[in-house]
Amino acid sequence: MARPDQASSRGSRRTFGQWLETWVEWHAQALLSSLGKLLRQPMGSALTIIVIGLGLALPGALHLVLVNAEQVTENIGRSVQLSVFLAPGTEASQAKALQQRLEDRNDVLEAKLVSPEEGLEDFRSVEGFAEALSALEDNPLPWAITLRPTHGLDAPELTEALAAELREIEQVDLVQVDTDWVRRLASILDLLRRAIEGAALALGIGVVAVAGNTIRLDINARRDEIEVVKLVGGSDAYVRRPFLYGGFWYGLGGGLLAWLLLWGASWTLAGPVEILATDYGSAFRLLGPDALAATATLLGGPLLGWLGAWWSSSYHLRQIEPKP
Amino acid sequence: MILFDAVHKRYPGGREALVDVSFELARGEMSFLTGHSGAGKSTILKLVALLERPSRGRVVVNGTDVSTVRRRGVPAFRRQVGMVFQDHKLLSDRPVFDNVALPLAISGTPRRDLDKRVRAALDQVGLLGREQGFPQELSAGEQQRVGIARAIIARPPVLIADEPTGNLDPDLAMEVMSLFRRLNEVGVTVLVATHDIHLIDRLGTRRIHIEGGRMADGSDDGAS
Ligand SMILES: Nc1ncnc2c1ncn2[C@@H]1O[C@H](COP(=O)(O)OP(=O)(O)OP(=O)(O)O)[C@@H](O)[C@H]1O
Ligand SMILES: [Mg+2]
Repeated sequence: MARPDQASSRGSRRTFGQWLETWVEWHAQALLSSLGKLLRQPMGSALTIIVIGLGLALPGALHLVLVNAEQVTENIGRSVQLSVFLAPGTEASQAKALQQRLEDRNDVLEAKLVSPEEGLEDFRSVEGFAEALSALEDNPLPWAITLRPTHGLDAPELTEALAAELREIEQVDLVQVDTDWVRRLASILDLLRRAIEGAALALGIGVVAVAGNTIRLDINARRDEIEVVKLVGGSDAYVRRPFLYGGFWYGLGGGLLAWLLLWGASWTLAGPVEILATDYGSAFRLLGPDALAATATLLGGPLLGWLGAWWSSSYHLRQIEPKP
Repeated sequence: MILFDAVHKRYPGGREALVDVSFELARGEMSFLTGHSGAGKSTILKLVALLERPSRGRVVVNGTDVSTVRRRGVPAFRRQVGMVFQDHKLLSDRPVFDNVALPLAISGTPRRDLDKRVRAALDQVGLLGREQGFPQELSAGEQQRVGIARAIIARPPVLIADEPTGNLDPDLAMEVMSLFRRLNEVGVTVLVATHDIHLIDRLGTRRIHIEGGRMADGSDDGAS
């Protein structure tokens, strides 16, 4: 048996590399053994992982709804269109001149003249209108000009100003700006975005609490063991390590489950959505979990689990003192 | 190495377990701690391992006054004191190997050294080959010896033992005491609480006798 002072001086002579190697060894050991403990009580672990998984999947699903809804509005187009109807009885030459004038404006990208006949044709091509129109003797449609301004949906005040200016023109009877519903959709999406942020925050706190509570139960179940480890001089960090890794595993399990749920849901819905979109003549395709959703679940899960374990263990481990 | 200076200990709600206890154990010294049941032997050992704190007086272990050790410093303090507990305090769901290796795991000893050192420690208590067994599969005496192996494996400068031979037959008890003597000979300070008067007489080591929480007159007769 070596003298004790020899033992301690040998300890201090360890190089940083050896120290790091030992550190990694013991952490890897703690990481794996905490996974082993988890797997040895599959029922309890599964329940925690399911709750965490659902907690992570819900904001993820809302996020997917948002992403897809945004894609829909993008498909509708970023451009604004104004329909300018001229007063009945306006001459073709006058309409042509006005169209030219409008097209020369800086804030107008394109101005297209639509004759009453063209307008009528457009209507005819719409199912159900043809018969109604054939009952008419005269063409009731005026000359019209469709305008595309240089600015987009994001500058509604410019569109309004342009519309107001157009209304002042003598020959103009009616100006229609059909952007209201797009604006409404945009504000609904904005609301949804805020709701998701709120839900993500609330559910994130929930995930931390669930992980923390499970770790509390684990700590209680291993009270005797913790006492013994403290008796022989285990530091707080050492005693806490397996529980932190436990929280990490719960979170990772929950994150994987959440990702699978999101992926499964979009995979199941992709087919029906495609059929529906094709019926409406749209090229819209459902988007699956994006990078953000994947990162949030697969990284956020373990992070929140770790956090819950940290929070729970700092409180509960302190209360266990060896009482021999 | 171990200094008790006018130490009093009163447990919460209880009467005084220790009254004005003073003694000193030099580095590399060994002593027995004797006295009737309830005399305060375990209490003295708990004060050395900082499992309890003195109500009054000074306890100094390995140069450290325990009153200067804050909560965060307790684990490091305890690592320099190997302790054999009256009720073993083993981890029942871990094999003997893990139990004995625990102090090394705590101090971050390279894992490749573990096997050799665990076997060496078990060899010293006569349990070589029992690494894979679980504590419940061992007799009380064997469990006690696993506890001793755990207490000595990290080679602490101070070793305290509470009734380490309580469940051992005379031959094994003698062997364990000889082991403590050998450790003491290589510089470990050893304090052993025991009822086993026969053994003490045979070993002729220094003896601190406690009666009702006080040092009994003439008990501390210095080193042998
Ligand atoms: N945790 C405690 N709380 C209150 N009183 C205690 C506590 N531990 C011990 N005591 C009391 O302190 C006194 C000394 O106890 P201690 O355990 O030190 O005796 P001992 O000499 O080790 O006895 P034994 O030989 O039976 O182990 C006893 O009167 C006991 O009742
Ligand atoms: Mg006792």
